[in-house]
Amino acid sequence: MKSSLFNMVTVLLCITAVTSAAVGAVYYVTAEPIEIAKGQKKASALAQVLPPFDNAPAQQVDTVAVDGGQALVYTATMAGEPVGYAVESAAAGFAGDIRLMVGFDTQGAIRNIRVLEQGETPGLGAKVAEEGNPVEVSFVGKSPADLKMAVRKDGGDIDAITASTISSRAYVQAVSRAYAAYLEVSGGAAEEWDTSSGATHHAAEADAENDKGDSL
Amino acid sequence: MEYFAIIIGAIFVNNVVLSQFLGICPFLGVSNKVNTSLGMGAAVVFVMGISSIVVYLLQYYVLVPLGIEYMQTIAFILVIAALVQMVEIILKKISPALYQALGIFLPLITTNCAVLGVAILLVQKEYSLLESFTYAVSTAVGFALALTVFAGIRERLELNDVPQAMRGVPVALVTAGILAMAFMGFAGLV
Amino acid sequence: MKKWDILLKGIVRENPTFVLVLGMCPTLGTTTSAINGAGMGIATMFVLILSNIVIALIKNLIPDKVRIPAFIVVIASFVTIIQLLMQAYVPSLYETLGVFIPLIVVNCIILGRAEAFASKHNAFDSALDGLGIGLGFTLSLTLIGAVREMLGSGSVFGYKFITGDGMIAFVLAPGAFLVLGYLMALFNKLKTRMR
Repeated sequence: MKSSLFNMVTVLLCITAVTSAAVGAVYYVTAEPIEIAKGQKKASALAQVLPPFDNAPAQQVDTVAVDGGQALVYTATMAGEPVGYAVESAAAGFAGDIRLMVGFDTQGAIRNIRVLEQGETPGLGAKVAEEGNPVEVSFVGKSPADLKMAVRKDGGDIDAITASTISSRAYVQAVSRAYAAYLEVSGGAAEEWDTSSGATHHAAEADAENDKGDSL
Repeated sequence: MEYFAIIIGAIFVNNVVLSQFLGICPFLGVSNKVNTSLGMGAAVVFVMGISSIVVYLLQYYVLVPLGIEYMQTIAFILVIAALVQMVEIILKKISPALYQALGIFLPLITTNCAVLGVAILLVQKEYSLLESFTYAVSTAVGFALALTVFAGIRERLELNDVPQAMRGVPVALVTAGILAMAFMGFAGLV
Repeated sequence: MKKWDILLKGIVRENPTFVLVLGMCPTLGTTTSAINGAGMGIATMFVLILSNIVIALIKNLIPDKVRIPAFIVVIASFVTIIQLLMQAYVPSLYETLGVFIPLIVVNCIILGRAEAFASKHNAFDSALDGLGIGLGFTLSLTLIGAVREMLGSGSVFGYKFITGDGMIAFVLAPGAFLVLGYLMALFNKLKTRMR
């Protein structure tokens, strides 16, 4: 077909109008399933990390500011009594954020952890998303208050994933942040909790060491 | 510091060609000579820098206010195609010398998926305007770097006796694989 | 040209990956496993068939000078539609393929077929062409994905046949280049053998 300014503009406009309408229609149809698909992942993670509950934790959200961003705390209740807390927190891993859903019981012990989002290297760091990986196992059933919150390589109590120290560190840091947020919401132990180092801050010890250093 | 991390990350650690697999077509197609690959690299830096700004404005001042983020792909590709055309026309008028150097590469850039890829990625990463620009330019520099290094290797490869079945693209791909391994050494730098 | 011929040429003789060497970015970027490769191939095939049909239907209405922009608009719309559908119904695959789904727009195979085939043939032939090339692309991607998964994770289609890890390098970036390079050399060898 010969090109003239008129038919070029008309044809392009028509094509754009028709295709935009088609895309708009598909968007309209898929908007709801997309929302559901997004919600489903969170809902199943919540169900897996929390004890049985009879409320809708996804609606009971507290936003807590922790260092390096915010954490979302979902409270689960049974007959009106809180039975557990799920905390969504993140830390920067090897490639982008690792986002976790950490479930605590009312005593502060970790019930279970699920990875919501990660972009770590397949075959290496991406193992943090597998169920029953060493990092997750080191946490389940224990309270962060009783653990040295760092991977073994850094002198902590947490097993790292082989050849994926950075991903493992990020995981630990995200759990630390989750615990800080949990403490804030549950009003639990008012112990000093320093998330930046990913470990309970033993202020006395540190000071003692400084003193020694000064005297030498 | 944050900008430093973006720059090093985009050039070396997450090199656009060797670890993100964007812009493979020009990487294989325009890497026979070091000179042409330098020209192509410069043209990509130029276009990506401008497009990152345009795309940022488009996303946050048009698509988001109108609530039509889902039209992103269509809007971005059209804007990038138009932008490349415009750059070509303007360059021809304003700086014939620069046009001489970059001109033949500009039409090839529309089909360079790295440009669209980076546009989408910088929206996904929620960068600010300045971060977007830094990220886009560093990514393009990474592209230019990979392309030039690769062209240097291929110039030497020409002189070697490659088995019949491996000639051309296969041996280029294997070379790229080894180069990608070398770039993995940068992993964990930031 | 016979109908069968149009359909079959895309699979071997004009295989988009191994012979035409088109669409390399998704070929390398998404083939970390056989499933991912197949998913990417099928998504591309859908866009290819639909855009081929539409372009064949409207080819006589489009003025020459705006042919390419018009094609791009059609292709980009179908890509967005696929993107929305995948997000809604296969969210985990959508997440894995990531940025490569919108990038189907700039996959040279699609614009190439629109320009070389659909703009010269009728809608039915164009659909067959899209199906053939799309199948060729899907098969290649699945093959590359399967080889990488086998060497890299010791499994095929997610079924593990060794305990422990594979050679992780093959799942990472270098493995993509190496596997594609050697498969392509093998393809060339077989082709000369057959002559």
